[in-house]
Amino acid sequence: MKIWVPMDSAAKALGAEAVVAAIRTEADRRGVEVEIARNGSRGMIWLEPLVEVETPEGRMAYGPMTQADVPALFEDGPEKALGLTEELDWMKRQTRLTFARCGLTDPLSLEQYEAHGGLAGLRRAIGMKAEEIIDEVKLSGLRGRGGAGFPTGIKWDTVRMAHADRKYIVCNADEGDSGTFADRMIIEGDPFCLIEGMAIAGLGCHAEKGFVYLRSEYPDAIAVLTRAIEIARATGVLGADVLGSGHAFDIEVRVGAGAYVCGEETSLLNSLEGKRGVVRAKPPLPALEGAFGKPTVVNNVISLATVPVIFEKGAAHYADFGLGRSKGTIPLQIAGNVRHGGLFETAFGMSLGQIVEDLGGGTASGRAVKAVQVGGPLGAYLSPEQFDTPFGYEEFDGQGALIGHAGLVVFDDSADMLGMARFAMEFCAVESCGKCTPCRIGAVRGVETLDRIAAGDAGAIPLLTDLCETMQDGSLCALGGFTPYPVMSALRLFPEEFGAVREAAE
Amino acid sequence: MRHSHPTSDDLQALIDAQMSLEGPLLPILHAIQEAHGHVPEAALPLIAETLNLTPAEVHGVMSFYHDFRKAPAGRHVVKLCRAEACQSMGANALSEAVLDKLGIGWGGTTPDGRVTVEAVYCLGLCACAPAAMIGDRLIGRADAARIDAELEGAA
Ligand SMILES: Cc1cc2nc3c(=O)[nH]c(=O)nc-3n(C[C@H](O)[C@H](O)[C@H](O)COP(=O)(O)O)c2cc1C
Ligand code: SF4
Ligand code: FES
Ligand code: FES
Repeated sequence: MKIWVPMDSAAKALGAEAVVAAIRTEADRRGVEVEIARNGSRGMIWLEPLVEVETPEGRMAYGPMTQADVPALFEDGPEKALGLTEELDWMKRQTRLTFARCGLTDPLSLEQYEAHGGLAGLRRAIGMKAEEIIDEVKLSGLRGRGGAGFPTGIKWDTVRMAHADRKYIVCNADEGDSGTFADRMIIEGDPFCLIEGMAIAGLGCHAEKGFVYLRSEYPDAIAVLTRAIEIARATGVLGADVLGSGHAFDIEVRVGAGAYVCGEETSLLNSLEGKRGVVRAKPPLPALEGAFGKPTVVNNVISLATVPVIFEKGAAHYADFGLGRSKGTIPLQIAGNVRHGGLFETAFGMSLGQIVEDLGGGTASGRAVKAVQVGGPLGAYLSPEQFDTPFGYEEFDGQGALIGHAGLVVFDDSADMLGMARFAMEFCAVESCGKCTPCRIGAVRGVETLDRIAAGDAGAIPLLTDLCETMQDGSLCALGGFTPYPVMSALRLFPEEFGAVREAAE
Repeated sequence: MRHSHPTSDDLQALIDAQMSLEGPLLPILHAIQEAHGHVPEAALPLIAETLNLTPAEVHGVMSFYHDFRKAPAGRHVVKLCRAEACQSMGANALSEAVLDKLGIGWGGTTPDGRVTVEAVYCLGLCACAPAAMIGDRLIGRADAARIDAELEGAA
């Protein structure tokens, strides 16, 4: 009997290790031979720990499992049976390109990785000229998944054409946005995919060294990726001669230190170099003067982990999915007060309402949805009135919102929106790198102003609006520049919570 | 994690072990904190000397990052997520309950040195919020009773 239990942190946080122990005990008690295999998460976090039993028909899913449910696994018709994993609605409705293997394979088995399409992309890239590699990425339409949505191929081309003795591929795995966990899930569930994507980037840009800047809040991801890199080195996927190509590429994991702003690419580079994580003015672009002053690609985990499938299946295959200039697929991360939270990879274009109501199943509390914050702490709140907005870069921009790293945080009608606006300002004040006044001082003023408004001084609302404009216009990076998004959207959508309506009536 | 008072030789060994890296300062601070639970004041001049920096510069870097501690924490470090997804599932009430029960504030340590509570902004467990971490144990859909129980069991 072979049983799969995810080693994903969310599964562990919901009791996966206790389930593993219970399976061992029960198997011993019954004298049944059981092989416990570990996989990543399938993304159905509300069903974690989701245990799968291999059968001749396929893998049967059970979840959410507790220790008490384990004995029934060994008997007919246990209560938590969900059916074949692949036949579950959540699985069938997805277009899993980047996450194709996540949850399917043992994250640390290179054999399984290859058996499911892994390394095919890198092998193809090895047969191509650097310029052809870049063209393939351009043709795929891939845009940065870290938030800004910049075309990945164009960034790579700048680095490719730069003249320097050394170049770097830096993976941004700082994933600080609340509501996001796609980077964590793929690193814990399919780390070779990121390694392969970085190696292809190395070939395309003539870079021989990669760094993964991984946040310290993800100890499991750090451990899995570190181990995967060791395996990749031992098998010649990384090292002096990548898969016999004659090209060198190696990767080092660097652990962050709890600063949100270090997700901003230039702050990240300073941190990598051992400095304070202060944001750098651009120009120079990191593509020309990045890590240690050398030309550097900085890409999000998902951007890089999507590269292998683009090379495996072809740029056209990838670009066929999506909507307008938002090509390909996006791993939606549905979080917060939601019944069915998790990761769902799909082509761009699904409406916000479909994501929240249909996939997410509405709120966990059963109350009405009040607002959804999309794109992390710098993302706007959207109300159910905006539910027909299709999920795409330009479409969200049109709503005064952003998709960011594609995390969606659902709030029910008990949410205190003035409190959330205050939190946004407080977060900016705590995390500001300190370089510009509108962010450093403005955010502190923002908290004070919101406190005045909360105390009944609706006259402070214009002050808040002005402050937000100053932050928007005068900040060097999006921490100060975009904090007004959640603040102003909360004010715009729920003016009565800021006393604005009362003021008008007086 | 040992909360020991390392000798300069101990510290220098930890520093030297990272010196082959490009940009070794953060790895050095992490290595020292991992070995000793904090970065003792005595480490700063040693790091500065080795990296050709001033102690003030090293201090400036260290103080920029939330992770690095100047003094040892309690025997158990509880991290409670305060970010939006966890707030949508009652994180504010949860942290209030936990802090009240322990009689401390954010970043505080109980007088017996047993528990430190720190804020964290997202653990990537936003689909099973609210989230917490005790030592290296992650807890999803955390509630006060569960955190109490985990701490009861710990000396
Ligand atoms: C305050 C702030 C935090 C950011 N955090 C992240 C992050 O955690 N991960 C990320 O990939 N990008 C983050 N970004 C965006 C990066 O600056 C950069 O655009 C991105 O890493 C580029 O990669 P991409 O083109 O693949 O998206 C952040 C930006 C800002 C302003
Ligand atoms: S906006 Fe804030 S975080 Fe960004 S550079 Fe300015 S001070 Fe630093
Ligand atoms: S000081 Fe208030 S925003 Fe500039
Ligand atoms: S917001 Fe709390 S775990 Fe992400």
